[in-house]
Amino acid sequence: MVTSAPLWSVLVVLALLAGFAALAVAADALLAARAARRPVSATVLAAPLAEVPRLLAAQRRVTPAADRLLWQVGLVTVPVAGVLAAVVIPFGGQTASRMSAGVVWFNAMEVLTWAGVWMAGWGPNAVLALVGGYRFVAQGLAYELPLMFALISAAAGAQSLDVADIVGAQGHLWFAAWMPAAFVLYLGSVCAFSFTGPFGYPAGLDLAGGVAAEVSGPDRLMLQAGRWLLLTTGAGMAVPLFLGGGSGPGLPAWAWSAVKTAVVLAALVWGRRRVPVIRADRYAELAWVVLIPLAVVQALAVGLIVLVKGGPL
Amino acid sequence: MTVAVFCVLAPLAAASGVMVFRFGSMARATIALLVSFLATGGLLIVLGLDYLGIVVILMMIMEMVIMAVFMVAYMMNPAGLMPMSMVHNRRVSLAVSSAVFVLLAAGIFAVRWPRRVGAAPRDPTFALGEALMGPQMLTMVTLGFALLATMVAAVVLAASRGRYDRFGDDLKDRLPADPARGGVGR
Repeated sequence: MVTSAPLWSVLVVLALLAGFAALAVAADALLAARAARRPVSATVLAAPLAEVPRLLAAQRRVTPAADRLLWQVGLVTVPVAGVLAAVVIPFGGQTASRMSAGVVWFNAMEVLTWAGVWMAGWGPNAVLALVGGYRFVAQGLAYELPLMFALISAAAGAQSLDVADIVGAQGHLWFAAWMPAAFVLYLGSVCAFSFTGPFGYPAGLDLAGGVAAEVSGPDRLMLQAGRWLLLTTGAGMAVPLFLGGGSGPGLPAWAWSAVKTAVVLAALVWGRRRVPVIRADRYAELAWVVLIPLAVVQALAVGLIVLVKGGPL
Repeated sequence: MTVAVFCVLAPLAAASGVMVFRFGSMARATIALLVSFLATGGLLIVLGLDYLGIVVILMMIMEMVIMAVFMVAYMMNPAGLMPMSMVHNRRVSLAVSSAVFVLLAAGIFAVRWPRRVGAAPRDPTFALGEALMGPQMLTMVTLGFALLATMVAAVVLAASRGRYDRFGDDLKDRLPADPARGGVGR
């Protein structure tokens, strides 16, 4: 049974997220080194983390007539959204905050990145950052609905918006097994809301970094860390939604949660390098013509199964 | 705890609502309105209506960001450097808003509040779903179709290129002639 922990457990959530995100960053450095046929060593793996003190000490870039307030609020919003979304994720038998509408909370906090990235793009009063911010909104209009239907499928399967109930409904069969379309759409959307890999368009190299083009120093650390935290949160949420949460033979529940999160995160970190960046207008068409109908059919199938069987498969 | 949260959120909602009309930048005005809605969503959660509060937060973030895009495009110098004001027709709007405020505030004290009948449902989200999908089903279905029809009509009216532009006068072109390449089936 999943129980709610006291308020200080938000710090545990933060530590766990940061730990998994650091592992993901190291794994990404490993893949980058292998792709470039450079020798892999401990220094290579730790190089991105060694950037942290440098960024903390680096000077802030100043742009003329910047909207400092919106810029700063936007940059802070990105990592904060990742952490807030994670408070409803059960880890083993514990969750920082058990909510009756936990799935909707996760969705709402992930949508905070819309406002965050748009503000971060608007703030510096610079064209490349501005285009980057607008690109994220365009991308958001494409990825958000398939993601919502994927979440609705999982919630409908368990007949509850409570994440703990969704874990409980997967006693016999993981949701990933009987709602595969929702699972795949969810994983794709995780890359989209952390604007990475194929969805790295808002921070694309063609824009000299887009929303990240004008940020430096601690601000840059916040934005980049926020992207990794969002990716980690998305991977963590996939476990209770589709992979049975902490259930599994032999090991304790928290260990299974950790193993499953690590596997999903590894798959995302590997997968994001295998797919080219997709333009937002192309993805919007794909999303609205193919993915949303697919997601609706998936949700309908789940609804019919639950209706006929009177419960999850 | 509840009182403390209320004492933070209620003034925040009102103050950021006021700031919408004080800021000289459309971006800031929109975000101020968003903060006001977020605080209102928080107040709903304080009332015990978790689902409604979170949905207000979710929808308002998306709506305000999209509104920011359109308001900036239509109403201000895109560079964002020229100050603007959300206040129009200052005297009349002041009179109207004061009158509405006095009316609503007077209503609070004038109306005899009914006593509570029955108890709150154990799960307000479930009760809401039952109400919407049960007695109010016809309303919701009608509303849904009306909204969808409005959206489709608005897109049709706004689209500068129709199917004859894309597939030729007799609609027989296999590939649409679109200005941007790429997409589904092309």
